[in-house]
Amino acid sequence: MNDINLKIKIGGLELKNPVMVASGTFGYGLESKDFFDLNRLGAIITKSLSLKPRIGNPPQRIVETPSGMLNAIGLANIGVENFIKEKLPELKKLDTKIIVNIAASSVDEYVECVKILNYEDIDAFEINVSCPNVKEGGLEFGRDLKKVGEITNKVVASTNKPVIIKLTPNVTYISQFAKVAKEEGATAVSAINTFVGMAVNIFTRRPKLSHNTGGLSGPAIKPLALAKVYEILQNVDIPVIGIGGITNSEDALEFLITGAKAIQVGTHNFVDPSAPVKIIDGIRDYLQKFGFNDINQIIGSLQVNQ
Amino acid sequence: MMYQTQAEVIDKKVLTDQIILLTFRSKLLTEESKPGQFVNIRVSETCYPYLRRPFSYCDVVGDTFKILFTISGQGTKALANANIGSKFDIIGPLGKGFSFDENFDSAIFVGGGLGIAPFPFLSKYISGNKKIFTYIGAKNKDYVVTYGLENIKIATDDGSLGYKGNVVELLKNDFQKNLIKGSIKVFGCGPTPMLRALKLFCEEYNLNCEVSTEAAMACGFGICQGCPIETFNSNGYKLVCKDGPVFNIKDIIL
Repeated sequence: MNDINLKIKIGGLELKNPVMVASGTFGYGLESKDFFDLNRLGAIITKSLSLKPRIGNPPQRIVETPSGMLNAIGLANIGVENFIKEKLPELKKLDTKIIVNIAASSVDEYVECVKILNYEDIDAFEINVSCPNVKEGGLEFGRDLKKVGEITNKVVASTNKPVIIKLTPNVTYISQFAKVAKEEGATAVSAINTFVGMAVNIFTRRPKLSHNTGGLSGPAIKPLALAKVYEILQNVDIPVIGIGGITNSEDALEFLITGAKAIQVGTHNFVDPSAPVKIIDGIRDYLQKFGFNDINQIIGSLQVNQ
Repeated sequence: MMYQTQAEVIDKKVLTDQIILLTFRSKLLTEESKPGQFVNIRVSETCYPYLRRPFSYCDVVGDTFKILFTISGQGTKALANANIGSKFDIIGPLGKGFSFDENFDSAIFVGGGLGIAPFPFLSKYISGNKKIFTYIGAKNKDYVVTYGLENIKIATDDGSLGYKGNVVELLKNDFQKNLIKGSIKVFGCGPTPMLRALKLFCEEYNLNCEVSTEAAMACGFGICQGCPIETFNSNGYKLVCKDGPVFNIKDIIL
C-alpha cells in the first residue's frame, strides 16, 4: 500500500500529497493539532496576514445556509510581524509545507508583507486578491485584470519563493485572471475563493451578517468551483489548486481528475477537523482499488465529452 | 486537550413540550470537562444542517454528560429525534469555563430560559459551606427548567409561575430585603437583555460576576473566527469559543 506515490509538484514546490488546508479555515496552522497529526498534510496555508493586525468585522460574522455558510470575518489577523514572532517558530517544526497567505489593501502592502516574510523559513506565498469582506483591496483588486497583473508582477519580483494567486469566482471569466497571473510570473493559481452571498432575517428585515454580504462556501459551491477550475484548465496552461466545498475524497478526486494539481479543504475543517487526513487516506484507497500507483496518473485524466 | 469522538445517546427526557435533556456517554468528553465549557455536536452526517451545534455541559456524572436544548431549528430538531443508542460525532471539551479561585460564602445563579444549562454541573463545584441561590427567569411556566438546581426562585414574564416580571428585578428585590448575606459571587447565563440588566445590578452592588455567553459559531475552537465578542480591555474582539464562553461581566460590552 505504501508504494503508491502521492507526491505532486507545483512548479518547484513539491508536496508529499495533494491535500492542503485552505486559508481562513485552519487558523495559523496549529489549532487543530489535537485532532490529527499535522505532519500528514501536503501543506498548511495560514490565515490571511496583513502588514498590521486587523480586528475584523463586528458580529454577526457567520450564518449557515443550505449546504454551506456565509462568512464576513473581515480578515481578522495578528499581522505579519506577530505571526513571525508568535506562530512561525512552532509551525516550522512541522514536516509539511508552510504557505503564507497575504491580504493587503494596496499593491505596496502586498510587496512589503512578502519582503518581511521572504527570509523566513516558509515554502510559498498565496496572494489573496479575492476577499469579499473588506472595503479596500479584496474583490476590488480581484475583479480588476490590471490590478491582479500588477500585484502578481510586483510580488513575483520581490521573492524567489513560489507565488500562488488566489482567484475570486465573482467575475465573468476567471480564466482571464489566471492568464494574467501566468503572464506575470505566478507559479500557480488557487481557485476559488468564496462567492458573494447574502441572507436576510425576515423578522428584523436586516441582513443576517453585519457586513450585509459575505462569502459563500461549503458543499453548496462545489459544482461551481469545479466548473471554474475546468474553465481555467481549458484556457490557460498553469497549475491550479482546486478549492470549493470539498468534504471527502470523492470530492477531492473530482478536482484532481479535472486537472487540479492539488486541492484545499476549507469550510469542512470546521465541521470535521480530521477531514484532511480522511481525504488523504481515501485518495490512496481509490488509487489502490483502481490499480494506479501514482497520483499523477489521475491528475487531469478527465475524458471530456465531445 | 480537545477530542473528536463518537458519543452514544443513553437517555432522552422531554422536560416540557419543547425542552429536551439528552444524555451521552463518552469518557473522552467528560474526563477533563469543567463547568462552563461546551461541546460542538455534528447533528447530521448530511450537508444540511451542515455546521455543528454548540451546547454547554449541563451536567456531568461519571462518564456521561447532559445537554439541554429547545427545538428551534433543523439542528436541534435532528438532535431531538435522536434514538437511544444512536451516536453523534462530538468535539469537546471546548472553551474556558467558570473560575473558582475566589472565596465567597454564597453563589447566586441567574439563568434566563435555557440559560440555566451550565448551572447543574457548576453547582457540583460549589462545595463546602457555600450556599447556592438560584434565580430563573422565563417567558412563561412552560419554559422553566429546574433540573439539577436547588433553592430556586422563579420569575416569568406573564406571571404564570412565581414572580411576574424579570429575573433581575426579582433578585434585586431580595437584595433590598437583605435575604442573601456574606460575600457573594454571581454566575449568569441568558439572553443579552438579561445580561445587560445583570451587569447594571452587579455594578450597583459591586458584585463579582461571571457570565456564560453565546454566539453563532462554526468550528468551536478558534479557527473560523466567526464568534467575536467586544471587550473593554483588549484590542477589539475576543472569541466566544476560545477566550470564553465564560467572561467576567465587567470585561464584555453587551
